[in-house]
Amino acid sequence: MDYGTTFIILAIAFGFFMAWGIGANDVANAMGTSVGSGALTIRQAVIIAAIFEFAGAFLAGGEVTQTIRKGMVDANMLSATPELLVYGMLASLLAAGIWLLVASYFGWPVSTTHSIVGAIVGFAAVGIGMEAVHWNKVGTIVMSWVVSPLLAGSIAYGLFLSVQRLIIDTSDPFANAKRFVPVYIFLTGFVITLVTVFKGLKHVGLELSILECYLLAIVSGAVITGVSQVYIRRIKIDPKADQDFHFTNVEKVFAVLMMVTACAMAFAHGSNDVANAVGPIAAVVSIVEHDGAVTQKSALPLWILVLGGVGIVIGLITYGHKVIATIGTRITELTPSRGFAATLAAATTVVLASGTGLPISTTHTLVGAVLGVGLARGIAALNMRVIRTIFMSWVVTLPAGGFLAILFFFILKGIFYN
Amino acid sequence: MSDYLFRMFGRSPVGPLQQHMERASACVSQLVPFFEAVIQQDHGQMQVLQESIVTLENEADELKRELRLQLPKGMFLPVDRRDLLEVITMQDYMANKAKDIAGLMLGRRMTIPKPLNKKMMKYVRRSVDAALQARKVINEFDELLETGFRGQEAKLVTRLIKGLNKIENDTDVLQVEIRSMLFEIEKDLPPVDVMFLYQIIQWIGDVADLAQRVGSRLQLMLAK
Repeated sequence: MDYGTTFIILAIAFGFFMAWGIGANDVANAMGTSVGSGALTIRQAVIIAAIFEFAGAFLAGGEVTQTIRKGMVDANMLSATPELLVYGMLASLLAAGIWLLVASYFGWPVSTTHSIVGAIVGFAAVGIGMEAVHWNKVGTIVMSWVVSPLLAGSIAYGLFLSVQRLIIDTSDPFANAKRFVPVYIFLTGFVITLVTVFKGLKHVGLELSILECYLLAIVSGAVITGVSQVYIRRIKIDPKADQDFHFTNVEKVFAVLMMVTACAMAFAHGSNDVANAVGPIAAVVSIVEHDGAVTQKSALPLWILVLGGVGIVIGLITYGHKVIATIGTRITELTPSRGFAATLAAATTVVLASGTGLPISTTHTLVGAVLGVGLARGIAALNMRVIRTIFMSWVVTLPAGGFLAILFFFILKGIFYN
Repeated sequence: MSDYLFRMFGRSPVGPLQQHMERASACVSQLVPFFEAVIQQDHGQMQVLQESIVTLENEADELKRELRLQLPKGMFLPVDRRDLLEVITMQDYMANKAKDIAGLMLGRRMTIPKPLNKKMMKYVRRSVDAALQARKVINEFDELLETGFRGQEAKLVTRLIKGLNKIENDTDVLQVEIRSMLFEIEKDLPPVDVMFLYQIIQWIGDVADLAQRVGSRLQLMLAK
């Protein structure tokens, strides 16, 4: 390949910019609920997000990255002209990046995931040919966009009802909160660890049997619970605080839980969304390194995940903290007991999708989870118009991303192809 | 994008609803000192109290407008939007009634026939009790939301509403008694004054009625 190095540099530049954008904007979705419910300060939220976003991207981001990189386009068709895939992936990154810029300028609620998937499908279908798209896989992905908010909503509904039954609607909610909140914390640590290690940590040199996976998940859940217990024990009942609103002290216990689920959410977000930025980089790098050979088998280089993780963290530190601050001051209507139910439901769903290699929209999943709590009569007021706009946005984003990708594909082809 | 996720959270109507009730019930409570002033025929005091009733009623009106603006169609609430708007309306009528009573009595320099004094105070106090009980019910609204409108808290509110019904029932009985007492002596009083006195008696009963309707709406919300 003549322009091999140029392509890699371009891919890294575009992909890094994309990761920066995810860190700057989307992380706020994952963390905002915790700041808004008063469980975390902005500084704590930024630190937690940085650590867990990176960990999620690095440890669990591989599957989705592989899907973006090679799951949707039939590379075998391109063995004669591997450059086309390079142009396409570069075009997709550019298209998604620009579409996101335009959308955030106008304040449209679009998803990074929908943009990149729309872009890749668009360039492949038009630039290469309808048969180049793995329509089965794309169909599964689109289905997962419908299923993920529904699943998150159902889990959130169930979690919220269980909290009502076990803690809130009892004669001594504070004592029961102290008793059951550690169980939820254990559950959070257990589920997130299990899903993560189940898909394997081979890329970091860790191969585990199923039994070891469960053991590790139990240990991790226990450690997190142990640490949280220290914080929970420190909470003292303040009878004055309960005079006006009887559940003030109970919510303090939930705030500890909310902190744990915020970590889980940041981890989940990193694991799913890093792929949007680095999937295309991985594709380009793989083609160039194999000297033009389009290979479906090659493993994912670890540095690419690190690059994505670093990009997200830099986006978070340079700009994301501002967005978190704005959002945190805005949602005041979400108490930790609700915030936890919504966040844990969303985090579980997203990590499951990440393990399965399905790129889903973290925001849509979170919206679905919040709706679930709302349906259980848990939230004072939800603006259905805004929710409808959020869900409708992906219908527009797919063709928009696709169209831009096609445009850039032909421009790049015109520049480099002779 | 992130901006949107958080625009989906509407402002909770619970706080404003409780504040509105705070004003409306404070407004109604002024009827007790107002009637004391009427019985003592202290016009200066009547004037002061009538003004304070008007001020509280205006404040309640302002809160009502704010609250209604905050509940556009398309808000997904844990309770029926119409029930909520109905509660605000009832609370508002309560304050309006108190204003009407004070306004009319001050304007016509009304007095209460001596034989009725004791009964009348009892009647007014009971009616104000109804408003205060409705306020207690509304004060549980945030706890109801926290518990998802079920369980112990729902039972507690149901008990409060039962208490409210009982109080309203008392006012009904008192109203009948006071009317028959007035009927006994009405021949000796100026007819126009008597007509307006019947009107005032009716309105005092209305305050308790409206308080009860606040409770009934809340009961409907629990049953959802």
